[in-house]
Amino acid sequence: MGSAISELPSHRTPLADAAETGLKIVVVGGFGVGKTTLVRSVSEIRPLNTEEVMTQAGVGVDETGDVATKTTTTVAFDFGRISLNERMVLYMFGAPGQERFWFLWDRLFSGTLGAVVLVDTRRMDDSWYAIDRLEHHRTPFVVAVNRFDDDTVRHSLDEIRQALALPEHVPMVDCDARVRESGKNVLITLVDHLYELAMAQEATP
Amino acid sequence: MTRKPVDTGSPDRLYTVTGGRSRADGFFDLVTLVVSECRPTPGMQSEHARTLELCEHPTAVVEIAAELKLPITVVRILLGDLLDMGRITARHPPPTRSAASLPDSDLLKEVLHGLRNL
Repeated sequence: MGSAISELPSHRTPLADAAETGLKIVVVGGFGVGKTTLVRSVSEIRPLNTEEVMTQAGVGVDETGDVATKTTTTVAFDFGRISLNERMVLYMFGAPGQERFWFLWDRLFSGTLGAVVLVDTRRMDDSWYAIDRLEHHRTPFVVAVNRFDDDTVRHSLDEIRQALALPEHVPMVDCDARVRESGKNVLITLVDHLYELAMAQEATP
Repeated sequence: MTRKPVDTGSPDRLYTVTGGRSRADGFFDLVTLVVSECRPTPGMQSEHARTLELCEHPTAVVEIAAELKLPITVVRILLGDLLDMGRITARHPPPTRSAASLPDSDLLKEVLHGLRNL
């Protein structure tokens, strides 16, 4: 995780004054799979960390209750950004994939364009829940396999597709989350997929 | 994930910052871009002043939260105040669609173009 060499400025880099459209995508996956590494490799800013405090109910906190006795959960997440042009900026959120965070995920990332599921072949079980929830919410996604150097048993994408029971229409891509070009390729794979879906949808009245 | 939760057990600071309110109306998306319409004035609540400084250039809600080191819910409340006072304007993301529908293909084409040109 620490091997990505960051040349990003430490001070704040403001967006262009003409920036008007913020877009978002989510990177999900198990702990230690390289979500933040991927975000860092493509982001124009050093990834920032923020948090959301929510009630277990998952709806707005009621106004009359006693704040001190509420059951709240804090979820922290990292994000980075890419200025696509003078007007559009894409935010990438690294979201914890564990089951216990998913009711938070639903609220935090509503309106996302799509998702990248980052997979570590040594711990494929970690991807199940994320894929299941994305399918449930009909959030379009691609699966990116982060190839670690010490991955001695190198499974093919087809083998991984079978292991994850992924339908044919879900694109898969190999990546090295530390490498900018590779991370960029993952994002392009996702947006290409979204574009194809949108075109198909627009063709059927 | 090394930061400690701000809130667990001791919400006093957040309670003070928001004047006791704990509900945001959801008007501000994570990626709504906020722009200041004026400079901070003397006597202004420090979080308001800091937000106005940050938003001299367009700044996403999530970046404001990260810079102020406050939870997003709290930042939404602060931004609601500033908006009511006419001190900021908000540039919203494309309208929220139902979960199953996709953004416009023209928009996606522009995103693709931007990514390929990186």
